[in-house]
Amino acid sequence: MTLLIMAAALGAVAVVTGIAVFVVDSMARATFLLLASFVAVAVLLLAFGLAYLGIVVVLMMTIEMMIMVVFMVMLMMNPAGLEPMTMVHNRAGSRVIALAVFVVLAAGALLVPWPTRPAAPGDPTTALGADLMGPQMLTMTVLGLALLATIVGTVALSVSPGSRR
Amino acid sequence: MADPATLLPLLLLAPALVVVAGLAAAGGAVTSGDRATAPVVETLRLLTKQRRRTPADDPLLARIGLTVLPVAAVLALAVVPVGLPGTGAPVDLEVGVVWFNAMEVLAWFAVWTAGWGPNAVTALVGGYRTLPLGLAYELPHMLAIITPAIAAGSLDPARISAAQHGLWYAVWMPVAFLLYLVSTAAMAFWGPFAAPLGRDLAGGAGAEHAGLDRLLLHAGRWMLLVAAAAMAVPLFLGGGAPPPITGPDPFSGPAWSWFAIKLLVVLALLLGLRRVMPVLRMERFATLAWVVLIPLAVAQALVVTVVVLV
Repeated sequence: MTLLIMAAALGAVAVVTGIAVFVVDSMARATFLLLASFVAVAVLLLAFGLAYLGIVVVLMMTIEMMIMVVFMVMLMMNPAGLEPMTMVHNRAGSRVIALAVFVVLAAGALLVPWPTRPAAPGDPTTALGADLMGPQMLTMTVLGLALLATIVGTVALSVSPGSRR
Repeated sequence: MADPATLLPLLLLAPALVVVAGLAAAGGAVTSGDRATAPVVETLRLLTKQRRRTPADDPLLARIGLTVLPVAAVLALAVVPVGLPGTGAPVDLEVGVVWFNAMEVLAWFAVWTAGWGPNAVTALVGGYRTLPLGLAYELPHMLAIITPAIAAGSLDPARISAAQHGLWYAVWMPVAFLLYLVSTAAMAFWGPFAAPLGRDLAGGAGAEHAGLDRLLLHAGRWMLLVAAAAMAVPLFLGGGAPPPITGPDPFSGPAWSWFAIKLLVVLALLLGLRRVMPVLRMERFATLAWVVLIPLAVAQALVVTVVVLV
């Protein structure tokens, strides 16, 4: 029961901060609110005993928000200062898309016949790794390394040393 | 959960970290030619000063960021086995290494918002410098902290520290240890990595902050540095165990005393690093990190993994 109340409260925080992302007129505040929304979801995962998953959400989302800031600097008209801006374009279309996606996801969550837990899962971190990777652990590891090497190589080759100003 | 015996270390955690961070700052003041009392004087001075506002600023966001910095440092320290009775850590968390990492990246957010908030150019540029710094140090750092975890087969710092009796991980994975030390300084945007608060920017992200705001930024930075240095002890230096070189009958003092000695050594190494290294330019460090440090970290992790598997 406590867990249910907590889940409802954290869910409300996640939704409210998520909506606020599109209300505020500063990209820094929007970034912060989006992070707060994700952190609420992460705390929810922690409350369900999924420590690794919850903490990784905090870790990844913080880094992701900061990488989003890099993209802001690259792409926005005015990445400096506190010029008012809006996160919303094409209001009618985006509302329809957002509502449709929400309905589909909510319906999925409610209608899917969730399996009952067959037995105590043991260490949830190990179970998660085995479930995500399965027998492909080695393939995924090698693939991840190859991807990383490709990224570093591409950046190293594309940045000429003389481009520094 | 509400057992007073487990709550007491949690309550004492923040004051203890403040005291040790103050000592570290005093050491830092001495090594940079200042008086040892300089941090205390500066703290009292800042406490009597007013906060500063700039035109069209965002003080709420900046103060959220500035508050996050010391809070994240305390939360990061919470999972470090500091030699308390039991497992040693104030909070026993099975995935403590990941928790530590998550708390420490909150500093990126803190410095960026601290620089963004005042709506001033030097502060903003300083805040933005956090991003290349973070992107450069984070991957070697993650690989460096995951390498002891691979060797110990656990993400729990207490288990990692217990797994290295006889041979410290600093000895058998020296590259990971060195990378960890470098990234410790980088995550606290300190020493050679102080570019976000750089003198060339008149203080960078902290340029427009005065009074309590400035105190939070600078105290939070020392607290983060100490918390990160403290994590080096269980990950690489055998935690609260006495050094293995003393043989089978060592002077086995209490675990916290060995922890404190090792923490002092790590902090001394970091202070020495600041003495011998100038502040790096972020683009240079990013190139170094991506082209040299990441491959080194991957190679170290690979060697450890192969040894563990074979």
